[in-house]
Amino acid sequence: MQLAKVIGDIVCTRKDENLDALKLMVIQPIGAEGLAVGRTLVAVDSVGAGVGETVFFVRGKEASFPFYPVEAPVDAGIVGIVDSYDVPVSSVDVRRAGL
Amino acid sequence: MQIARVVGTVVATQKNRKFDDAKLLLVQPVTVDDEPRGPTLLAVDAVGAGVSERVLIVIEGRAAGEALGRKAAPVDAAIIGIIDHVDVYE
Repeated sequence: MQLAKVIGDIVCTRKDENLDALKLMVIQPIGAEGLAVGRTLVAVDSVGAGVGETVFFVRGKEASFPFYPVEAPVDAGIVGIVDSYDVPVSSVDVRRAGL
Repeated sequence: MQIARVVGTVVATQKNRKFDDAKLLLVQPVTVDDEPRGPTLLAVDAVGAGVSERVLIVIEGRAAGEALGRKAAPVDAAIIGIIDHVDVYE
């Protein structure tokens, strides 16, 4: 999983029938310091996340598991809303990773 | 599997119920020389790891689900071991 900020949503009228009633959000992955890292992507939401919230999302087939038995054709899904996260300064200097 | 360093903890109340009671840790994948590599990830902890420890992680859905001990859990990364030391001879 990765942390991300929800930055928008997407509406599709015509779509795969297994996407009916699913909420599509535009998210920006963020690093441990809260800064954007990598490209924005579209993720399906199963926890009621809103724009501006920090969330965590899962990649791959597992993103469809919250909708079982519907087999949603998705590759990224928001599975939790982050209340807080703590990154002690004594740990690895994540800045070196370019985050 | 990959080597990673635990860099932080995450608290999330509203989450998929398969995550109930699971511990979520922020991990930074590192090289064998302990240099950060790639983005920070969020992994479920199956072994009781703590911040600053070097750990072994899986980044694959099925393996992570098994580490969590729950079927069809929407997870893609898990900590499956705490590394004592790494020896590289070349």
